[in-house]
Amino acid sequence: MNPIRSFADLIPDAVPAAESRQGAERSIAIRGLAAYYGKHKAIEGIDLDIGPGVITAIIGPSGCGKSTLIRCINRMHEVIAGAYATGSVTLDGTDIYTPGSDPVQIRRRIGMVFQKPNPFPTRTVYENVIAGLRLNLPRKSKADYDEVVERSLRSVALWDEVKDKLHDAGTALSGGQQQRLCIARAIAIKPEVLLLDEPCSALDPTATLKIEDLLFSLKIDYTIVIVTHNMQQAARASDRTAFLMADENHVGHLVEAGPTREIFLKPKDSRTEDYISGRLG
Amino acid sequence: MTLKTTAAPGSQKVGDPGDRVFSFILRAASSIVLLILIAFIVLLVIDSRESISRFGLSFLSSSKWNPVETEINKIAFGALPFIFGTVVTSLLALILATPLAIGSAIFVSEYSPPWIGKPVAFIIELLVAIPSVAYGIWGLFVLVPLMRDVVEPFLQSTLGKIPVIGLLFVGPPMGQDLLTGGVVLAIMILPTILSLSREVIAQVPRLQKEGMLALGATRWEVLTKAVLPYARPGIIGASMLGLARAIGETMAVTMVIGNSSTKITPSLLTPGYTISSAIANQFTEADSPIYFSAIVELGLVLLIVASVFNILSRILVMRLVGKGGGSHA
Repeated sequence: MNPIRSFADLIPDAVPAAESRQGAERSIAIRGLAAYYGKHKAIEGIDLDIGPGVITAIIGPSGCGKSTLIRCINRMHEVIAGAYATGSVTLDGTDIYTPGSDPVQIRRRIGMVFQKPNPFPTRTVYENVIAGLRLNLPRKSKADYDEVVERSLRSVALWDEVKDKLHDAGTALSGGQQQRLCIARAIAIKPEVLLLDEPCSALDPTATLKIEDLLFSLKIDYTIVIVTHNMQQAARASDRTAFLMADENHVGHLVEAGPTREIFLKPKDSRTEDYISGRLG
Repeated sequence: MTLKTTAAPGSQKVGDPGDRVFSFILRAASSIVLLILIAFIVLLVIDSRESISRFGLSFLSSSKWNPVETEINKIAFGALPFIFGTVVTSLLALILATPLAIGSAIFVSEYSPPWIGKPVAFIIELLVAIPSVAYGIWGLFVLVPLMRDVVEPFLQSTLGKIPVIGLLFVGPPMGQDLLTGGVVLAIMILPTILSLSREVIAQVPRLQKEGMLALGATRWEVLTKAVLPYARPGIIGASMLGLARAIGETMAVTMVIGNSSTKITPSLLTPGYTISSAIANQFTEADSPIYFSAIVELGLVLLIVASVFNILSRILVMRLVGKGGGSHA
């Protein structure tokens, strides 16, 4: 079977962008972004717009800088010793790289979920969900915390599975549950954007589908960016796709970006077509 | 699923001869370690049985240590002041060394740039290799005068004025006392605790720290809410190894503690005596069988004190891990 046909089967019909939450634009504009690890340049010249109410997938071969790119969006890239970024990333019109902007505040507005589930092992399920609320913020009442925990766990469809295990260790859950717990932890502080760096790479197919369903329901409230090496996942679960690659002459750069349907079915660049049809990477 | 796997873990008959030989060697090695310990305890008990049967529990509860019969004093052996000295100096060392060690372990592994952290850690770890008699000489010629002339008068004029706490600093500052013994021990166990804590902290997964950062944590919060909770059982284990070293340490303490066992008082400024200093100082003088027997019993008591601390620390670590500790040290 022609692999491109199979993607056509996967991609849902074009869905209009979900209506934006009031007050926040939640859109991101990346301009001229380059990221370095010491002297080594990992990505360069990235221009990408990420709109609200849609899921944007970043795909590309291993080592093309997908993870580096997504980590630049909430200034997590720079926490690695010697790493830095140049260019601009604008959230709702403010450049997050402007001197004097506080990465701590930025990360509160732009949440992140990692490749491997990383619940805090010394904390219970309940304490994991409110971990972000307990950070340099005034203490809230138990009722408030209870409400946040239930709401966050319900939005990741985990409440019914863990409501009797709220005070067990977060690490006692299954891998898929742990990853949903980490998503609940990220959205408990109500960020505007949710970044997911290959969130399903350590999960089985069933758990993967659950996360994808979940993302679909979360895109109403959060701008979602997902890095994935799984093209079926990008085809199934995203509205827009950005394709990155690195070759002998260039470090990681953006080849093209657009609606997922177009990238998968009518890519403009032959390299995109090669990658998607499995001839590359 | 009712499938049975052929090589159940732990079954010995399966597998190739190489595996069986290797497993035999491992068993032999651990049995030998165990046998040495048993032989050690048996020897201590046999050689101290005369003292045990004659003094019974009063060996632990009495403060009288009269190795030589005189007109006023009958022969008596009571080890309480030694036990007291050992426990006080070791705990003092633990209290003084742990915060310093953990603080510098955190600095070296989390805060300092590698070009400072690595050499600093290396130099501090070199301190482990200095022989204890060298610490003793330094203690005697440098630390004792410093404590006597500067530190102890200062403590008396500050902390000494506070009710209750002041009782710890009563008496003329002599330099050779429990406090100085504790300080020397603290310096000696510092590198042990530091180097083990540093390794434990370095093993906290990057994902744990990044998970906290991604929620909008400051550096301080990453440290206190992600790194330290994860590393806590390991750090406690490191402190306990330091404590174990302090309990058994002999020479350095013997040289600065004053070696006097007249009275047990709350003051840290009184000269003291530890179990191991007593053994080191007196075993050459033990000319009567009962004296020798009492010295051996001191060894047995030291072993028991060390074991009690060890068991207590295990319980502490187990409780923490039971609550879901990260590194299972």
